[in-house]
Amino acid sequence: MTTKSLHLTVNGEVYDAFVSENATLLTFLRDVLGLTGTKEGCGAGECGACTVILNGLPVNSCMVLALECEGAEVRTIESEYQNGELSNLQQAFIEYNAFQCGFCTPGMIMSARALLEANPHPSRDDIREAMEGNLCRCTGYDSIIAAIESVGVSAS
Amino acid sequence: MSEYHADSQEFRYIGKPVKRNDGPEKVSGTAQYAGDIVLSGMLHARLLTSPYAHARILSIDTCAAEALPGVRAVITGEHGSVKVGIYMQDKSVIATDTVRYQGEIVAAVAADTVEIAREAVSLIKVDYEPLEVLNDVRKAVEPDAMLLHPHLGTYAHSVGVFFPEPGSNIANHTRIRRGNLEEGFKQADLILENSFEQNQVLHVPLETHVTLVQWGVDDQIKIWSSGQSPFSVRDLFSIAFGIPRANIEVNIPFVGGGFGGKAGIHLEPLVALLSKAAGGRPVKLEPTREEECQTLPCRQGQVARIKTGCTRDGKIVAEQVEILWDAGAYADYGVNIGRASATSACGPYHIPNICVDAKTVYTNHLYGTAYRGFGHPEVFFAVERQRDLMARELGMDPTEFRLKNLLYPGDETITGELITENTGSPDKCLKRAIELIDAQTPYTEAEKEQMAATGKLRGKAAAVLQKAPAMPTWSASSALVQMNEDGSVRISVSGVDYGQGTYTILRQIAAERLKMPIEDVYINKSVITPLSPYDWQTVASRMTSICGMAVMEACDDLIKQIREIGAIALRAAAHEVEFDNAEVYVRQNPQYRIAFGKIAMGYIYENGNAVGGPLIGRGKAIAQGLSNLDEHTGQGKAALDWTYGAHAVEIEVELATGDIEVLQMATVIDAGRVMNEQLLHGQIVGGALQGLGCTFSEVLLHDDQGRLLTRNFTDYKIPTFKDMPRKMYTDVVETPQLDGPYGARGAGEHPLISVTSTVANALANATGLEFYDLPLSAWRVWTKLQEQQQKQQEVQE
Repeated sequence: MTTKSLHLTVNGEVYDAFVSENATLLTFLRDVLGLTGTKEGCGAGECGACTVILNGLPVNSCMVLALECEGAEVRTIESEYQNGELSNLQQAFIEYNAFQCGFCTPGMIMSARALLEANPHPSRDDIREAMEGNLCRCTGYDSIIAAIESVGVSAS
Repeated sequence: MSEYHADSQEFRYIGKPVKRNDGPEKVSGTAQYAGDIVLSGMLHARLLTSPYAHARILSIDTCAAEALPGVRAVITGEHGSVKVGIYMQDKSVIATDTVRYQGEIVAAVAADTVEIAREAVSLIKVDYEPLEVLNDVRKAVEPDAMLLHPHLGTYAHSVGVFFPEPGSNIANHTRIRRGNLEEGFKQADLILENSFEQNQVLHVPLETHVTLVQWGVDDQIKIWSSGQSPFSVRDLFSIAFGIPRANIEVNIPFVGGGFGGKAGIHLEPLVALLSKAAGGRPVKLEPTREEECQTLPCRQGQVARIKTGCTRDGKIVAEQVEILWDAGAYADYGVNIGRASATSACGPYHIPNICVDAKTVYTNHLYGTAYRGFGHPEVFFAVERQRDLMARELGMDPTEFRLKNLLYPGDETITGELITENTGSPDKCLKRAIELIDAQTPYTEAEKEQMAATGKLRGKAAAVLQKAPAMPTWSASSALVQMNEDGSVRISVSGVDYGQGTYTILRQIAAERLKMPIEDVYINKSVITPLSPYDWQTVASRMTSICGMAVMEACDDLIKQIREIGAIALRAAAHEVEFDNAEVYVRQNPQYRIAFGKIAMGYIYENGNAVGGPLIGRGKAIAQGLSNLDEHTGQGKAALDWTYGAHAVEIEVELATGDIEVLQMATVIDAGRVMNEQLLHGQIVGGALQGLGCTFSEVLLHDDQGRLLTRNFTDYKIPTFKDMPRKMYTDVVETPQLDGPYGARGAGEHPLISVTSTVANALANATGLEFYDLPLSAWRVWTKLQEQQQKQQEVQE
């Protein structure tokens, strides 16, 4: 497989790399950059576990080729923890017990982050709508909604 | 003390809102799962699986795959014929002469990269001779049925526990007999017989069965697995390969969901063989979602026939239940699910005359394994549907009918266990669930008119549930509670917390017992068999109860040591020594205290003399009093403890589409004692929604050749954010369990049980449609509504 050069910004850090043409953003993040917080649940864009924020929008990183991200800004779960502090969303997820096994959690938080950036005070229905593409098998979702809602409310 | 709750004793940490302790790493993405682990020299594995549900393997040509640069090992059934299993060793690591389900592993490759491994798999040529497919569990038990396991009689299994019937497709037949069935039916004024059917379903952990193994020099085996059962993996691996247990190191990092599907042993032997064939290099296998769906096991399917005899005043006098479990191609775990289902086959009801036959049957479907509820979600669809159908025949309110027949103290279960005041209260759970959503109040005329006008019919229903841990009579846990230099403690167990909150509950128990700040109570969050104390496996909702008791005993052992060394340091008798807040003191002289940190590693006198030594508490617990069940009557002690519960729902059915919305749902569990309300609520809501998935959308479909049609999240739909009930209520009843820690009993699996039946009963109440199978998808409901309409028109004409 031929490789091509890729220049992009991930979590504020600039990277120049050679990646194979068929590498997805997910495998690039995990295998090349070692950012293993982003998880693969299905590899087919159906579960949202691999959600990252690409140029401000949430994407399934398993469905994006790494080379499509030339010049892009990517944010992963690793960007949430800043200066030794968990983000407001991360704290809310702990407060509301909004995770169990934790495998879908990084993708959940990134989807929620993208939602809150687009809509700082989402209603419960807004949250359901925006988060529908993120599957969780453990929680039954209500605690996740409560966590996201609380961040929206406290932002007011 | 309310009607439903236990005495509110003064606890420091039991029942208190303690946050789970795996939060920071899980919300930050730094929690390490098996797939995140990378080892030096690590190879990547891919699988070749069978496209046929039943075929003879005539030949396999791996030459081209082996010749591909970067391929380090190719293995087939020739290398993997050894059989591995926990209850019934019927499955070899790789299919040998015959494949028995589509998706069965035929060959595996380890290569430098995933891409090379995938390409190598495509170069393996297999010549199959397709065979007739056994696609229906009912056909599989016919006398002249083709035998899928002609050597069933030779398979190793737990003798005296399971009863295979060689010469048939029945891997296990559990019988329960009580009273006199014939006489019972003679007393009945009304006899109702129905059949209920459920297809297989999937567990769907978001993380697949990721496995990493290194078969090192001198047969030193290192395994990293996304599993629920570190010691069972070690045990079964040792038995299969004849390697001493001490040579096998099983590591369980964070696990991305299990739901029973990761209990026992799965891909570890296969990946180990690849590593061995690759000269001992570590090999990682990350199954794709498609492989997770079609190669890794599912929940079994079920066909249940129930015949119930009732007196006119609504007393059940006799019941006959025959359950056929569609085990699929292999029944290693399925035999125990069959056995467990038999012990619970009539629900929490007192019925004097009983005949139960539960048969675990081979077919050419995907094979089944443990799944949250272990046979009970399926049994309770049948039982609790049957109760509503019977009540309707009797013209009796279904709740009144249930309350009349439920088990009460003094009654015996169908296996002859005495119910006591401490067993738990299904009746209270039922009443509370009904109360929470006002499920007994009939709709007003105005409401009915509105339903007719909008074409949206509403219906309510309630049903009960029960389950006891289904496990070997000897299943045990152990725990270590070691003091750190600073007087804090760390707990070690081998229960796996894959999200249910076990580690948090165990910390609460230890902090309560040791009367010390919970911030100073730590627990090891990963299991590593050479270092961690033994535990049978993390299943059956047994962690809080059994592992919890082991932690309590370990704390008591530590307390004994604290008193001993405290007595020396304080120059007092041990019985005079008290402790609190991580300090020891003499009871009659509490102002002088010595911190735990001063005695943790030994007490040092001013002149340098030291006494004592590092403090280590050890504890153990084993299921008390369980017995094997009699082969012919099924009588014996099957249950360590029964957890009861109930659901009530209100649904709305859109006539135009058949779509059902859950307007409100209430789930109540008799948890004995609530250890942590937030965690319990999380288990209940998550379990209930998983149950709604089984109700509305989750079903494995095979074509007529036994090939799986539902192999991804597009075809196999689990609930999303939009499928939550509009309102969800949870509550508990607390009937303390005498042998549970602080009265607690397990509750992890239970919220899923009886969800299907409750909704189906509500659907019948809303529309008059009686479903005897699942799922209640919009298409199936709409189709039945059309048939109903057509019939009504015919009657009118």
